[in-house]
Order: sequence, then structure tokens, then C-alpha cells
Amino acid sequence: MVVSYTFVAIFLALIGYIVYFNTRLSEEFQNSPYNKRQDSYEEQVVRGDITASGGEILAETQIDEEGNETRVYPYGNLFSHVVGYTSKGRSGLESSENYHLLTSHAGAMEQVQKELQDEKNMGDTIVTTLDVKLQQTAYDALGGNNGAVVVMEPDTGKILAMVSKPDFDPNTLNEIWDSLVSEKSNTNLLNRATQGLYPPGSTFKIVTTLAYMRAGGNLNDFYFDCQGEVTNGGYTIHCYNNNVHGAEDFAAAFAKSCNSAFAQLGVDLDGDSFRSTAEELLFNEKLPITIPYSKGSFVLDDSTPDALAMQTAIGQGDTVTSPFHMALITCAVANGGNLMEPYLVDRIENYNGEQVKKYTPSAYRELMSADEASVISELMQGVVESGTASRLSGKNYTAAGKTGTAEHGDMSGLPHAWFVGFSNVDNPDIVVSVIAESAGTGSDVAVPIAEQIFDAYYN
Amino acid sequence: MINIIVELSKYLIVILMTLFTFQCFTVFKKSDEEDRKYVLRKQIILLLFIDTAAYLVMYLQTMDFNMLIMYLQVAAYVVVIQVIYRIFYKKASMLLVNDMCLLLSCGFIILSRLDFEMAEKQFAIVVVGTVLSLLVPVIIRKVKLLKDLTWLYGIVGILLLAAVLVLAPVTGGANLALKLGGVSFQLSEVVKITFVFFMAGILRRNTGFKNVVITTAVAGAHVLILVLSRDLGSALVFFITYVVMVYVATKKPLYALAGLGGGAAASVLAYYLFGHVRQRVVAWKDPFSVYETNGYQIVQSLFAICAGGWFGTGLFNGSPDTIPVVTQDSIFAAICEELGGIFAICMLLVCMSCFLMIVNISMKMSNKFYKMIALGLGTEYAFQVFLTVGGTTKFIPLTGITLPLVSYGGSSVICTIVMLAIIQGLYILREDEGVQLERQKQERIQRQEWEDQPSQSKRTGAAGEKSLEEKIEEETEKSLRW
Repeated sequence: MVVSYTFVAIFLALIGYIVYFNTRLSEEFQNSPYNKRQDSYEEQVVRGDITASGGEILAETQIDEEGNETRVYPYGNLFSHVVGYTSKGRSGLESSENYHLLTSHAGAMEQVQKELQDEKNMGDTIVTTLDVKLQQTAYDALGGNNGAVVVMEPDTGKILAMVSKPDFDPNTLNEIWDSLVSEKSNTNLLNRATQGLYPPGSTFKIVTTLAYMRAGGNLNDFYFDCQGEVTNGGYTIHCYNNNVHGAEDFAAAFAKSCNSAFAQLGVDLDGDSFRSTAEELLFNEKLPITIPYSKGSFVLDDSTPDALAMQTAIGQGDTVTSPFHMALITCAVANGGNLMEPYLVDRIENYNGEQVKKYTPSAYRELMSADEASVISELMQGVVESGTASRLSGKNYTAAGKTGTAEHGDMSGLPHAWFVGFSNVDNPDIVVSVIAESAGTGSDVAVPIAEQIFDAYYN
Repeated sequence: MINIIVELSKYLIVILMTLFTFQCFTVFKKSDEEDRKYVLRKQIILLLFIDTAAYLVMYLQTMDFNMLIMYLQVAAYVVVIQVIYRIFYKKASMLLVNDMCLLLSCGFIILSRLDFEMAEKQFAIVVVGTVLSLLVPVIIRKVKLLKDLTWLYGIVGILLLAAVLVLAPVTGGANLALKLGGVSFQLSEVVKITFVFFMAGILRRNTGFKNVVITTAVAGAHVLILVLSRDLGSALVFFITYVVMVYVATKKPLYALAGLGGGAAASVLAYYLFGHVRQRVVAWKDPFSVYETNGYQIVQSLFAICAGGWFGTGLFNGSPDTIPVVTQDSIFAAICEELGGIFAICMLLVCMSCFLMIVNISMKMSNKFYKMIALGLGTEYAFQVFLTVGGTTKFIPLTGITLPLVSYGGSSVICTIVMLAIIQGLYILREDEGVQLERQKQERIQRQEWEDQPSQSKRTGAAGEKSLEEKIEEETEKSLRW
């Protein structure tokens, strides 16, 4: 009897799983860029439009009199990475939403009629969360720099803008393809916002602070006398430009981004618990996004030598991450510790504009407690009030953030400029994450870029 | 026009299949013999309708006249089997026969869709297997020696498996088959049967600790050789069968727990020792990370299942041919794609009803040897279904094993048909025993009456005490009518 019950239970579990798979998991597989079955839909369906949140068309299929289809991207380079392309393979939303673009929810009668007339049905429209104005501002603000900008709503998870440079014009992809892929050094196709991996520099001090708090450190009792450098295990870390910050409390060390104080924390912290804090903030973890991305990487344990521990604590060393990942951490800080599931597609409509499916905000995970988030938020406000991002103070909005100036390569060139932050600190509106490659300090280069975006949002 | 027929028959097939499945379970509730027979007859009609609809669609889609010929063959097979069983094996479980016919039909349909030549071959094999299997119930009853060959089963099993390990060429990462004169033969399928006979034989009388240890050693040898031949699916099937049979024979949960614990430990060990075990686990956890190599098959299977949804794309409207080894390991995915998720789930439920029927038969047997055989074969069947379907749907790691009766594969189909025939043979015995017990009761009453009369000689009593087996034989003879 036991045996037959056990087997019946196993069978029912299997059937339950198949039902679950068909209702819940199947969309992920249907949307997979590896799924070649979708290609056969193209014979029956005209690829649908992709629009911005305000209805502006970002991609559409035009059909000439002879029935030839051309995919047109009215904004050219502006949305090149996030919207992507669909000739020469697929990328961005063109890839991740391929299934929906090639599915038609036109009226049943119309579909039958077209089928009988051997005509193609019209695919569904993807209405994204992207905001043309913010995207344009971010694109212009990044200017001639290589790098990326991500703008998100922390309380919903909506991605409002995602810029990556260098870029390309998807309208002319067929012509420029050979030059894009022939040279190994050409990285125009890479979406730096999600796939670019950079040392996080001082923006990582958010993580170090959290690790310190979790190790039982009391920020109010903290005191450090900065001599402009600190030496452990025969290795010396300097403050930026060898500035001497003198006696400082924790808020001041964070606001002025004092490398010496944080490097010392790195030595004092237990490597394993430091790593587990970083992993709770999604380092070495999968990120919740449907377009391709690279995982952030954090390697540290008990046996790490002091030199590397110090570098790691100030966001150098072997740690790398993407601008999108830093945006997610900032979103959690801005949203009381809760990370909302980030998303790019607001809803799907049929080609007549009738809603087929609506995506609503959902919580992804609590990255930190509400108390921790509020402490870090306060420290980040200090950065704007009296620290490296003071340029954002005295505006018609309040802001909080953290700058970063990340050394890279052989350290001969200019550092990468970082900024992560949010506006309207009491009830945060948007989170901005900026990186400008080899462009200078976070304070001088990245903060002004973020400033233009905040200004555009409020004015 | 053709499109509309294809589309409509898609739903029709799903409805017919659902009804069939429903009746697999409601038939247990019917207490009246006539009602039960009525339901079972209805199932045959449903089954023939499913075949008709499916082959009509395939004919319309391909306009290949061979489809119609194949349809006639399949329909004829179903009808002939029914007639043969109704004439010669009146007491057999018709539910099990119906289930077998349905699963074979599913196999024929999807194989005709995927590779017509394979379907033709499969049909020939099924016919040969069925003819062989018709002799099995007779052998079970006639040959009493079967019980006493315990060690022969064990030794033959190990030798056959070892032969495969040593002689067989590597195919698809696993030493699965041995080629004999152009016909590849999966000996592990035959060993599945001898293994159960061995286990039943050795545990029949003695379930002491020493005997369990001996059993464990022999079973372990089977499993180890299979793991070395990289046939992980079969290894698992043998292992679970061993655990279940020892547990049922000894009724000691401790043995079952120890067995499962040991199995878990061995799995972990195998994970670290063998690269091919690790690869499977990686491909299961994140198939996209090894998409180009080991993850390809599972990902393609999942794409197929998604494409099918609940009602399927309809026959010849999907692209199941993109799945590697689709006619064997991944046939379930092909069925999901073209016949739909509901159809596939129904098919699983039919497999479950098969298993329940087998357990039912086992529980009602009074002879421990036969009881254990039915249970062992049922376990092998059920677990194999679970492994292949679970593997294809990414519920568990893919083990590369066939779906009994549905997948293409000569030795697998023949052995499964023979397995079911063995169980049918046992079922007939059980029915005989039932009649026997009834008569014994009556005789006992009569005897008491006789004993009340002192003049009655004791000879009559002796006649009534014929050994049970002799009586069974008599009954069988009658039931066989040949």
C-alpha cells in the first residue's frame, strides 16, 4: 500500500509540475532567444511595434506595395541597445519580446478571415516603460563619453531610461554589420548598462558600510583620524589626490569618500561575512532582468591578504559590476530595503491598442532591512549636502547619492567616473546610475550627468 | 478546409483522450460486472476514434496513402488483440489490455508523424512481441520450474549486462545496445525481467538478514555494471525496484530507509566520481549554460512542450524534429507539442492506471513469489515512466530512458509487452485462486456434513485435499480452453 501511495504521489507531483510549467514557466522558454520555433511565426504574422511609455514608436515594421517588410527605428541610435535589432540575429527587447511581437491578438473573426485570404495577421505592440525625454537627456548628457546610464523608478521597478555608448544605428545595421563585428575591439553592440563590467570604485562603499553595520559596528561611535593614507600588510592605500581628511565620524568619511577609513574597515571586517553581505546585494548572483546581462563578481574570504581586502573595501581589487546592478542596489536603498522587480515592458496591446496583458510592479527581494536602508539613505544625503556630490544641493528637489572614481587597467589613464543616487529623498522618485569610462572623477563628470537627468525629470 | 478539419480534430482527440482516461479510473468503481464490461467496451470505441482522427489528420496533411494503410494496421491490431483476449484469456484484466492498446496507439501515431519508416518497423516488432506474449500466460501456469531458477536469473542477468558493458560499442555516451546480426538489442531490457524473477525467488521464503545481504550484493552488481555502462536511467530503475521489493518482502521500513539513504549517498558519490553524471546535473540545473552541448536536448524538449501548450499545435503543425533522439528519450515532448499538454497528462494518468492495476493484482495474489513478481515489474514500469517524463520536462535530470510502449525501440517494446503478459498470466491465476477459494469453502462445508455421517470413508476427504497448485492448474486448463 505504502508503495502504491508513494508512486501515485510521485506521479501527481509530476503532473502538477507539468501544469505549473505550462502556466508559469513556459513564457520564459517561449521568449528564449534560442527558441527557433518563433521564426516560423514570421510567415504568418507581421512583427508588432515597440513603443515608449508615451506612445512614441521606437520600432515598427513598414510594408511597401510589393509586400516587402522593413523594420524601422525612428529614433536611430538613441534606443539602439535597449530596443535592439532583429536582423543579423536579435538583441534587446527585439529578442526578449520576440514571442509577443510575433503573436497576434487581433480579433478572432479578423484572424480567421485573414487566414482564409492567406494574409498575415498583425503582431502585438510592446509598450515599454521607457521615457523618451529622459532617454534623450541621458544620451545627450553622456555626450562623447563611452559608458552607460540607467534610470529607474525605485518604488515600481520600471526602467525609464537605459543608454549605452558607443552605439549604432539599427536602421543601417545590415550595411555596418561587417565593420561592427570584424574588429575585436569594436564593442558598439555591447549593452554596457547591463553587460559592461567595471570596478565599482567608491560607490561600493555602500556595500562596505552595510557589511560593517551587520558586523555589529555602531556608526555613531565611529571615529577615524585620516592621515591621507593607510598601510596594512605592507600595502598602502591613499585617499584620492592624497587628501588628508583628518579626524572624522562615519558620515564624514562616507560623504568625503575617505579611502583610508574604508580600507581600514576592509581589514577589520570578516571576509566571509563581507562576501555574504555582497551576495545578498546580488553580487555573484543572477539579476532579475530578461535582456542579457553580466553578473557582478565579488571574491573575498577569510584568507584574503590585507592588501586585497583594503582594495576591495573601496571598490577596487577584483570586484566588478554593471551600472544596472548598482542601480538595483540604489533602488533598494531608496525603497526601504525592498528591491522591486525591474521591468522594461509595461503592457502588451493588440495592434488596435486594446490591452492584452499588463505587467504590474512586484517585489523581488528584500536586500536590506528598512533600518539599514534608512541609515544608508541618510549617509547618501550627506554626500549631497556636504560631500562629493554637493553640486546636487540647493535644487528644487532633494537628492542623495554616492560618487565613485574607479582606477582601472594599468592606472595610467583617467579613472572611470561613477555616480549612483536618487531624488526626492523622503519619497524617492527616480534612481540614476551613471558611468563614464576614463572620463575623470565621479564628482566632476558623473554628478553633472545625473544632475541633467534629475533637472529634466523635475522641470 | 483541411486547416479547419485539422484544427477541429485536434480538440476532438483531446476530448476523446480525456474520456478514455476518465474511464480508466471510474471502471474501478463499477461493482457490477456488466457495467464494467460496458465501460471497457466503450474505451475500445474511444480508442479507435482517436486512431481514426489522428490518422485522418496525418493523411490530410501529407496526402500519403501509406498513412491510411498504417491506420488500418493499427486498428486491426487493436481489434484482433481484443478478440484474442476475449476468446482465450477471458479472465485477463481487460483494463490493462485497453491501456496497453492506447499507449501503443499513441506510440504509433507520434512515430508515424516523426518517421514513418520507424512506425512501420515498430508495428512489425509489436506484432512479433504480442505473438510471443500470448504464450506467456501458458508458460507461467505450466512450467512450475520457474520458481526454482532463482540463481539462474541472477547469474544470467549479470552476465548479460557485463556482456553489454564489454562488447557493445559506445552509442550516444552510453553502452546501451548490443548489435546482433544487424539488429541492435538492448539486453538491459531483458535483464529487467530476470532481475525481478531473481529478487522474487530469493525473497520468497527467507527474508532474514543474511538473505537480504545476498540480495543486496547481487542487485548492487546489476546497478554498478549499468552505472559503468553509463546507462544511468536503467541503473536507477533497478535500484528503486530492489528497494521496493526488499521493503515489501520484509515489511521493515528500516530496510527501505537504509536503501534510499544508501542510494542518495551513492548518487552523491557518483556525482563526484563520474563526469557524465555531473554533466546531466548541470544540464538540469541550468540547461542554457550548456546549451551548445549537454543542455541542447532538454532545452529543445522544453521549447516543444511550450509550443504545444494545452491543446497542442496539431499533428504536422509543430516542429518536434528539432529535438534530438525524439523518437526515444524525448517522445513525451513531441506528444506535448503536437497533441497538447492535456493529452500528455492524460497519457501519464493512463500509465498510472496501469501501475495501479498491477499493484492491485499483486496485492490479491496469495503466492508470495507471484506477488513479488507483479509488484517488481509494476515498480519498474512506473519508475521508468517517471524517469523519462520527469527528465523530458526538466522535473528531474534527464537520464535517457524510453517511455515504455510509446517510444521507438524494439527490445523495450517487446519486453514491456512480455512484462504485461506475465502480469496478465498472474492475474488469471488470481482469478483462478478466487474461484478455488470459493470452492474450497463449499467443500469444507460439505466435508463437515460428511463427517457428521460416520459411514463416509476418508478417501473422499483426501480427494478434497488436493494441493492448491493442482487445482489451479485444473482451473487454468479450463480457462484456457486449448
